[in-house]
Amino acid sequence: MSKQPIRTIKVDVLARVEGEGALYVKLKGDQVQEVKLKIYEPPRFFEAFLRGRHFSEVPDIVARICGICPIAYQMSAVHAMEDAFGVKVGGQLRALRRLIYCGEWIESHTLHVYMLHAPDFLGYQDAIQMARDHPGVVQRGLQLKKAGNAIVTLLGGREIHPINVRVGGFYKLPERRELAALAERLKWARDAALDTVRWVAKLPFPDFERDYVFVALRHPNEYPFNEGRLVSNRGLDIPISEYDANFTEEHVQHSNALHSALKQHGAYLVGPLARYSLNSDRLSPLAREAAREAGLASVCRNPFQSIIVRSVEIVYACDEALRIIEHYEPPEKPTVDIHPRAATGYGCTEAPRGILYHRYRLDDGGTILDAQIVPPTSQNQKTIEQDLGQFVPKFMNLPEAELRWQCEQAVRNYDPCISCATHFLRLEIERA
Amino acid sequence: MSSEIRRKPRIAVFKFASCDGCQLSLLDAEDELLGVAAALDIAYFPEASRAMGKGPYDIGLVEGSITTHHDAQRIQEVRRQCKTLIAIGACATAGGIQALRNWKDVDEFIRIVYATPKYINTLKLSTPIAEHVPVDFELRGCPINKYQLIELITATLAGRKPNVPTYSVCLECKRQSNVCIAVAQGVACLGPVTQAGCGALCPSFDRGCYGCFGPMESPNTGSLSNQLRALGQNNAEITRAFRSFNAWAWQFRKASEESGRT
Repeated sequence: MSKQPIRTIKVDVLARVEGEGALYVKLKGDQVQEVKLKIYEPPRFFEAFLRGRHFSEVPDIVARICGICPIAYQMSAVHAMEDAFGVKVGGQLRALRRLIYCGEWIESHTLHVYMLHAPDFLGYQDAIQMARDHPGVVQRGLQLKKAGNAIVTLLGGREIHPINVRVGGFYKLPERRELAALAERLKWARDAALDTVRWVAKLPFPDFERDYVFVALRHPNEYPFNEGRLVSNRGLDIPISEYDANFTEEHVQHSNALHSALKQHGAYLVGPLARYSLNSDRLSPLAREAAREAGLASVCRNPFQSIIVRSVEIVYACDEALRIIEHYEPPEKPTVDIHPRAATGYGCTEAPRGILYHRYRLDDGGTILDAQIVPPTSQNQKTIEQDLGQFVPKFMNLPEAELRWQCEQAVRNYDPCISCATHFLRLEIERA
Repeated sequence: MSSEIRRKPRIAVFKFASCDGCQLSLLDAEDELLGVAAALDIAYFPEASRAMGKGPYDIGLVEGSITTHHDAQRIQEVRRQCKTLIAIGACATAGGIQALRNWKDVDEFIRIVYATPKYINTLKLSTPIAEHVPVDFELRGCPINKYQLIELITATLAGRKPNVPTYSVCLECKRQSNVCIAVAQGVACLGPVTQAGCGALCPSFDRGCYGCFGPMESPNTGSLSNQLRALGQNNAEITRAFRSFNAWAWQFRKASEESGRT
C-alpha cells in the first residue's frame, strides 16, 4: 500500500452560527477518517439550577438558554408544566400561543435565510457586504424579520426574552385593535415571504441528497408548533411522554453538548427539512403553492435546500398569523387556573431548528425536583457530522479555501444554535 | 491621530458564556443596522460574518460571563485589543443566570452532570467582565435594550457621556402613568430596586418586575425585602427573587444572603 497523504480541514471559529463551535475534518487520500463538530461553548448548567425553583419562574429562566428562540423554550416549558398539573389550555389562549410562535419562526428563519445562510450561496462574507450589491434584498429581509419581531413584541413585551408568557396562558391579553394594526404589516410580510421563496429557489444548490431519518411533531390537522405526536419516516409514532424510551444521549469528548440518537436508527434529523417532509400536507394552500412553484417535492432531502424550506415556513407562519388574528376574540381571562401537584410533565414543541423536548418532575408545591431539556441542535450533531463525512469526498477536488467554505455552509444548513445545545446537558446520567 | 480620524472606527463583538441575545440586539435593530454598518467598520462579529478582522479595535462589545480558565485568559487579550471595552448584558455585567452556580459546589455539579467529568473544564464561579479587566462602560439588561446600545455606541464615537439612566423602574412606571401594581394589587415587584431601561415592561403587562436590569444606583433592598414579607412572601421566596439573572450583582447578592439568613 502506498502512503496516502493526510489532509485536514479546520475551521477554528464557525461564523454565522449562534454560539461557539469549530470544525475538524481529517482525510486520508480520498477517505474521510474523522469529522468532528467541536462545541467548545462553555456549559451553563441550566438543568442543575432549575432544581428548587418554583414552576412559575421556569418560563423566564429557560428563555435565557437562547436569545434567538426564547419562545420555543417558554412554550415547551409551559406545556410540560401543564401536562404535569393536568391542565389543558385551549381556545383563544392556545391560538395566541400559536401566534407568538409564528412571530418567532418568522424572526428566526428570516435571520438565518438572509443574514446567515444566503451570503454563502452568493459568495459574501456577511449580509452587510451582500447589502452593497443587493440593497433591496437585504432591506426586505430586515423588514420581514422586523414583522416577526413585531408579533413577539406585541404579545410578549419584547423580542428577546419576552415577559408575558406564563404557565396557564399569559399575564396580559392583546386587544383586537392592536392585532388588527399588526395584520396590516403581516400582509406585507406575507408578500415579502413569497418573494423570498422565489429568490432563494434560484440560488445554486450543490447536488447532494441523503436518505435521512426525519423526526418531527405531527398534529391531526395543523402544521406543528405546540402539540402533536413524535413521528419519523421510519415508523416512529409515539406520544411525547415516550421520548426517553426511544432516544438516547451520549457525552463525547469533543462536544460540550450531548449527542442524541434514536435507539433503533442512530442519527436523525430535526428541523425544517424533517418538519416539511413529514407535514407538507398540513401547510396552508398558499405555502404549499409557494413550495411547488419553488420546485420542492413533498419530501426534501437536500440539506442545502433547507433555505427554501425555511422560506416556505415563513410564508406559512405569516399566513397562519393572519388567520389567527382574523378569528381573534379576547378570552375572558388571560390565564387558566393552575393547581400544582406532584407529577412529571412532558413538553415538546417545534422550535425553528426542530423539536425541543422538556421534562420536569415537580413536588406538590410546584417546586422543580429535576429537569431534562433536549434542544434541536444536540439532536442534529451526529447528522451534521455524517453530512460532512459524505459531502467532503464528493467535493474533494475543490481548492482548499473553497472546500472549507463549503463545509462551513454544510454546517450552517442546520442553523445550528450552539448556545442552546450546550446549555442543555443532562443532569442525571443514571436513575436508580 | 489626525490620520486616524478619517478612517471608520472599528468595532468588534466578543462572546463568552451567554445566550447570544445581547449581540442579537444589534441584528434586531433592523432599521438602524445598515446605518451602523455605514458609520462603523464591523471588523469582528463571528455571529454575523465570516470576515474576522484582526485587532486592535476602537470599540469592543463583550457579551457573556467568564466561566472557564480559557475564557479568563481570552478576556485579557480582548482587553488589550480594544481601546474602549463595553460589557453588554447581565452575563457580562453581573455573571448572568449561570452565576447561580456560585452558591453551589461546582465539582459536585460536574460529577452529577457529565458521564465523563474530565472532559469538562469550568471555573467554580461565573463572574462579570469587570472582575477580570477594567471595563469602560457596563450596559445592563437581560437582554439589553437595543436603543440603549445604539445610544451608547453613538456617544462613544462622539466622545460624550451616554444617556443611560441609573434610576429605578418606578420612574418609568410613573412616566407611563401605570397604577403601581405592588400598592394597588399587592403584587411582588422588584421595580423599586431595579435599574430602568426596559420601559417598565413587566408592570405594564400586569406582572411584577423581576429585576432583569440589575440593581439601580442606590437600591434599598432591605426595605424592599420587608415589603415583600408584608405581601406574604417567605424568606426562601425573597432569596429566589434576588437570585435570578443578576444574582451576583453585589447588592442583589447581599439581599439574597440576608433573606436567606433571617
